Amino acid sequence: MAYLTDRKRVSGLGSAGAGTAHHWHQTLLSAALVVLVPLFLFTFGAIIGAPYEEVVAYYTRPWPALIALLTLTVGWVHFAKGVQVLIEDYVGGLARKMAIIATTCLSYAAALACVYALIRLAL
Amino acid sequence: MADVNRGNRPLSPHLQIYRPQLTSITSILTRITGNALILAGLMVTWWFVALAAGPEAFATADAFLTSWFGKLVFLGSIWALWYHTLAGIRHLIWDAGYLLEVDQAEQLGWGIIIASVCLTLFTVVVL
Repeated sequence: MAYLTDRKRVSGLGSAGAGTAHHWHQTLLSAALVVLVPLFLFTFGAIIGAPYEEVVAYYTRPWPALIALLTLTVGWVHFAKGVQVLIEDYVGGLARKMAIIATTCLSYAAALACVYALIRLAL
Repeated sequence: MADVNRGNRPLSPHLQIYRPQLTSITSILTRITGNALILAGLMVTWWFVALAAGPEAFATADAFLTSWFGKLVFLGSIWALWYHTLAGIRHLIWDAGYLLEVDQAEQLGWGIIIASVCLTLFTVVVL
């Protein structure tokens, strides 16, 4: 016998079954990106095209490195969650699961590759 | 309870029925720009990994990113990044409960289109 009422079971969960958690996390990440994206655009844009030694010296400095680290990690996680919604809207069944797994793995791998690269440069 | 009347409900008219509106076009562009940024994202990621890997790997990545093709992708991506950022700010404003009237939403739509082009030109000139 179910003790939960229908209302209690559905309350706050919505059609996705996970409530507003996804939307709220995406909101948090987007608010952070409003600050990070312009900072990254102009610090990265200022150095791209420069010779190797100059770029290495630039990204061993704390501020350009931290801005890149934060933007690329927050950005890739924001991308993973965003592309998940895209897939959920247009793809169904097993293909949906496979596409979400592939894009999530790609996004986190890219984020951590950036972290690894920046730490190696800093050390 | 959730399965009541499944399969026998009226369906909402979809894209081919509706006249394109500024609010729908700006919404679709938000999705397209956000997802298209995967290309620039992967290029930038490759560039950083190559930078950590050494001069030879960096030379290859840097040559690709600064080639005419790389520059073309970056030009489009700069606009996409500004557009998506401004559209995201618009969503944050809406989520806070402001500017939800149709005329305000349309003004905001023109605002982000014009501002994204201006910021793109500014970025290209400065960089």
